[in-house]
Amino acid sequence: MTTTTPAAPAARPGSSAPRSQPRPDRGAGPRSGLLTALTWVLAIGFFFPVLWMVLTAFKQENQAASDPPTWLFTPTLDQFRAVIEGGAGVYFANSLIATGLSTLLVIALGVPASYALAIRPVKKTSDVLFFFMSTKMLPVVAVIVPIYVIAGRLHVLDTVWTLVVLYTAMNLPIAVWMMRSFFQEIPGEVLEAASMDGAGLLRTLRSVLMPMVAPGLAATALICVIFAWNEFFFALNLTAARASTVPIFITSTMTSEGLFLARLSAASLLASLPVVVAGWVAQKQLVRGLSMGAIK
Amino acid sequence: MTTTALAAQNNRRQALRGGAADPAAAHDRAEAWRRRAPLLPALVFTIIVTQVPFLVTIWYSLRSENLLRPGEDRFVGLANYADLFADSTFRQAALNSVIFTLGCVLVAMLLGIGLALLLDRPFAGRGLARTLLITPFLIMPVAAAMIWSVSMFNPTYGMVNWAIGLVGFDAVNWTATFPVLSILIALVWQWTPFMMLLVLAGLQAQPKDVLEAAQMDGAGWGRTFTAITLPQLRRYIELGILLGAIYVVNTFDQIYLMTAGGPGTASANLPFYIYQRAFLGFDIGQAAAMGVVVVIATIIVATFALRLIFRSFEQKD
Repeated sequence: MTTTTPAAPAARPGSSAPRSQPRPDRGAGPRSGLLTALTWVLAIGFFFPVLWMVLTAFKQENQAASDPPTWLFTPTLDQFRAVIEGGAGVYFANSLIATGLSTLLVIALGVPASYALAIRPVKKTSDVLFFFMSTKMLPVVAVIVPIYVIAGRLHVLDTVWTLVVLYTAMNLPIAVWMMRSFFQEIPGEVLEAASMDGAGLLRTLRSVLMPMVAPGLAATALICVIFAWNEFFFALNLTAARASTVPIFITSTMTSEGLFLARLSAASLLASLPVVVAGWVAQKQLVRGLSMGAIK
Repeated sequence: MTTTALAAQNNRRQALRGGAADPAAAHDRAEAWRRRAPLLPALVFTIIVTQVPFLVTIWYSLRSENLLRPGEDRFVGLANYADLFADSTFRQAALNSVIFTLGCVLVAMLLGIGLALLLDRPFAGRGLARTLLITPFLIMPVAAAMIWSVSMFNPTYGMVNWAIGLVGFDAVNWTATFPVLSILIALVWQWTPFMMLLVLAGLQAQPKDVLEAAQMDGAGWGRTFTAITLPQLRRYIELGILLGAIYVVNTFDQIYLMTAGGPGTASANLPFYIYQRAFLGFDIGQAAAMGVVVVIATIIVATFALRLIFRSFEQKD
């Protein structure tokens, strides 16, 4: 999209272009070496609990809970086998439906709304935005009881559809906030040209704007996916046997008797893997998505 | 993009908006609806799913209602609220909420700024270091809580006790002796990468020519940081604190899984205490009253915070 308009912002966060030339002052020297060493120590320190989880997942239970810790061992897939045979499939399917559908709904509802807020602002635009963001501040605990009672009356407790609706409401404010910033990046000339050509709202949206905001939409969707996939509170309170999601599955691998640490680690690893991989691959979009609200 | 180009573009967009809103009154109203229509589905959905249950919460909060004693519910006015302020556990939970939120957001932000500054330097393997550092934010919070409470903080085989044992300290039963600190550590671990990413975005959006000019003028690193970098980062830091606080104030997973609010109620925050009252005590009236108080408190704090953010971006427009 940068090539279509010469005036497109160059200093976009997360874009690597301006970073390619190193700062002149901090190239080398002993101080720089120390700072680099410190960076690596901190990076490995922060990553250590994850690394330990990964190692533990490939151990036998008695190696997982040993004192002192077991560093050298023959890796085994026993725990993963136990997790998958323990019925993980249903939980993953539920999480997939709840996350996928709620993210699609957020985009479907959020794109027109953020378009309206960014490009053809109604009066009191900032009041509407303020309202959206303020619902994000509404603590979920304040509404969980009525939601539980209402869902019970409607006979939708322990269904994945309830989670779809709630996750949509949970992510919509943050998505509108982010997507509005992406729409605002679109230069006025483009809209002008589209309206001169007689393109209606839907056509403008579909064939002119969507391609331009596609990277922004991907960033928004990624953040919605992260929060929906990881959600625990609604799942804990509103689902039981049928509609439980992956976070619930992790807690179910804990048993009051016997050792469970290796199996728990394997379940945690499988549960976190989709989001971790997606986040690693899309680091730049993640930064861009999160920081948009700060720039515009 | 230079500021003048930005301003020019902004003016053009404003002109476009203004031009569309000029015509006569009847046309005006149709136009207003055309503008509003795309906004409505999201607005109506949000109102139904978030505001209606909240109104019901207010209704419950004025009633004595316990799911264990059906048929005994009645209107009690503000009695639930009066009970609440006499309840020392509620005050403790409110205090814990403040400690978790402020503690986590501030410590994570300070660490995040430090890490972002370290990552903003060119060095071999920077991409890998950044990847390792963002991982805690991507780990499922339930999994993170389990890793910390079992793998790290377990009194007999936890890695933290093993590590402090190497330097001669005695084993500590972390989640029992220091429940609030243990939860705080797990929270800071998850949120530091988030803050780091935001600050890093701010650092990389700095205009390079200004930094170079400062260098030419002989400004040292410290001076450049306080005079140029920090003001530039301000909006990113504000956004990080705001978004972080929104999520951290609702912390439930870590408390539920690491300490279950214990020992006793020592590490319960408001979400956890409300959950206990509603789903373990079935005391709907009390739980609802707590929910309403939390919302009012949140609105007061949030209004200040949101207005601050909105004010600065309206100035920018």
